[in-house]
Amino acid sequence: MEAASIPGGGRSRLGRSPLARLPDRALRYGLTLLAALILALIVYFFVRLVGEARPAFAKEGVLGFTFGNDWNVSAEHFGALPLVVGTLITSALALLMGVPVAIATALYITELCTGRLKGPLTVLIELLAAVPSVVYGLWGIFFLAPKLQPAEQWVANKLSFIPFIGGGVVTIPNYFIAGLILAIMILPIVSAIAREVMTTVPPDHKEAALGLGATRWEMIRMAVLPYCRSGIVGGAMLGLGRAIGETIAVTLVIGDAPQLSGHLFSQGYTLAAVIANEFGEATGLHRSALFAAALVLFVLTLLVNGVARVMVLRAARSSAQSRGGAAKPDVADAEEAAVLGA
Amino acid sequence: MSAHGANPNRIERFAVSSRRRRTDRLARGGVLAGTLIALVPLVLVVYYLLREGLGAWSPHFFTTDPTGNTFFKSSDIGGIRSAMVGTIEMVALASAIAVPAGIGVAVWLVEYGRGHWFAQLVRFFVDVLTGVPSIVFGLFIYIVLVVGTGFAGYKGSFALALLMLPVVTRSAEVVLLLVPGALRESALALGAERWKVIFRVVLPTALSGMVTGVLLAVARAAGETAPLLFTAGATNKVNYNLSQTMNSLPVQIYTDVTSPTQSVVDRAWGAALTLVVLILILNLLARLVSRRSRLA
Repeated sequence: MEAASIPGGGRSRLGRSPLARLPDRALRYGLTLLAALILALIVYFFVRLVGEARPAFAKEGVLGFTFGNDWNVSAEHFGALPLVVGTLITSALALLMGVPVAIATALYITELCTGRLKGPLTVLIELLAAVPSVVYGLWGIFFLAPKLQPAEQWVANKLSFIPFIGGGVVTIPNYFIAGLILAIMILPIVSAIAREVMTTVPPDHKEAALGLGATRWEMIRMAVLPYCRSGIVGGAMLGLGRAIGETIAVTLVIGDAPQLSGHLFSQGYTLAAVIANEFGEATGLHRSALFAAALVLFVLTLLVNGVARVMVLRAARSSAQSRGGAAKPDVADAEEAAVLGA
Repeated sequence: MSAHGANPNRIERFAVSSRRRRTDRLARGGVLAGTLIALVPLVLVVYYLLREGLGAWSPHFFTTDPTGNTFFKSSDIGGIRSAMVGTIEMVALASAIAVPAGIGVAVWLVEYGRGHWFAQLVRFFVDVLTGVPSIVFGLFIYIVLVVGTGFAGYKGSFALALLMLPVVTRSAEVVLLLVPGALRESALALGAERWKVIFRVVLPTALSGMVTGVLLAVARAAGETAPLLFTAGATNKVNYNLSQTMNSLPVQIYTDVTSPTQSVVDRAWGAALTLVVLILILNLLARLVSRRSRLA
């Protein structure tokens, strides 16, 4: 090393010639360019979508389009409220039915079942995610919806005093069936995230609870669930984002009725379903209205995902504070890993 | 709270009360019931797929194209050959686009962009892409490529590639982060250039993990209907040219479901079983590869 530089003022023996450095630079700037390109592409798509949706927004107004209660293609009236409400009802139903079951599966797999059952059960739950959307739709419309219709009618008759649920004629495709199919579809991802978060609970916490005489359930309620709350909420919100954007399965079982109805077991419509059904034949203002519906859908999923992020952050911070500043940065990482694993 | 030494009641005070025991048993039963409920749809879907789908399977089913004759009950409706070929072609092209791009972005995020504000921005946009509904991807491609020129197989592939990109990027990023820094440092200390470290050390170490993510992304793309509806169009003929309209398994199922003819609905079940088997094979491969992973 004593002759690191050549006396003639040449470059260091350890340095590389500019030519040898070329591939390094090429890779670095090439990859940066690629990342920038993808970013530009997304922005470009968004701008074009807004451009295509403009005629519909110009005619109805942004608020008029989103909250107008009249979707009439032949009269060229486009108020998307029935679609927005349909989207919200079906996804809310999906959360209501899917999340408790998902949490139960995660609890059973991580806390209650024997080691030998763990692997097979996890695989079985994940298989639910391997079934494509159109297959759920096919199964839903030919099997699930007709088989459940008598049961739904019975519930509607028995609970006729409850406004939203009771009374009315139960149609085969309806909000409830769409919500149920969505619940099945979001179950694997919510379960995977909940499971991943539950494995991060420190064994000390659980052992302390058990050592103080808690039963298994008390241990879960006092040590496991509070620790995992933020992660579970985040997982549920991610599931909500999926449910809102799910298209084909819902299109097949929702019934294609663009009217508001105050009844759980009646036909409806969602934003994604209206695009899938009507876009093929749409022209002019109708097509623009469907682009506008896509934009509303896009913004809705963005909002849900954004809120999910904020909620997870806030919950993580508050639970870290309540635990005397014991930070737990691994929860967010586990969540990411779980999302990808699903 | 009096502590009489040899009081037999003392043991009882530490015992779990019957109310608590009942709650415990009830809650555990509820959790078990929830788990069983989660398995019910899986069993039912598999049962109906096998019952309805196996009946439709035959050599004829896999070797003929749909004829388009769906109205007359006596006429031959054909099989799903063009749909299978179309799905394989379009997903292959989509993977050829999304896998190098997705892994490239992940490598940039991990190897070059760490802590950089631009990396944060890119990561945010990739997350945004993850949340975009698949039908909106189809409309993106429709606006940019289809308007004025018509449907084509490669346009469907672009829509699928957009869908795969965030999945590939995020899974590759997670795996690349697991590659020990000591490996990189020792290679650099031995005088290897950065790009050589990436290609000879980092990528080979992370390979099996990335393959798992890629296979899961491919499986997801193969099952998607919505992005193809308004990009690849619909056709019955088998087609090896990606610049023409192209059939695919999900779209074939979607159009067959709405038919009033029973034999066409049967074909939908057969196609659905085929698609699920295809996706299961991909999932199985992903699982096998991840088991061999060198990274925990």
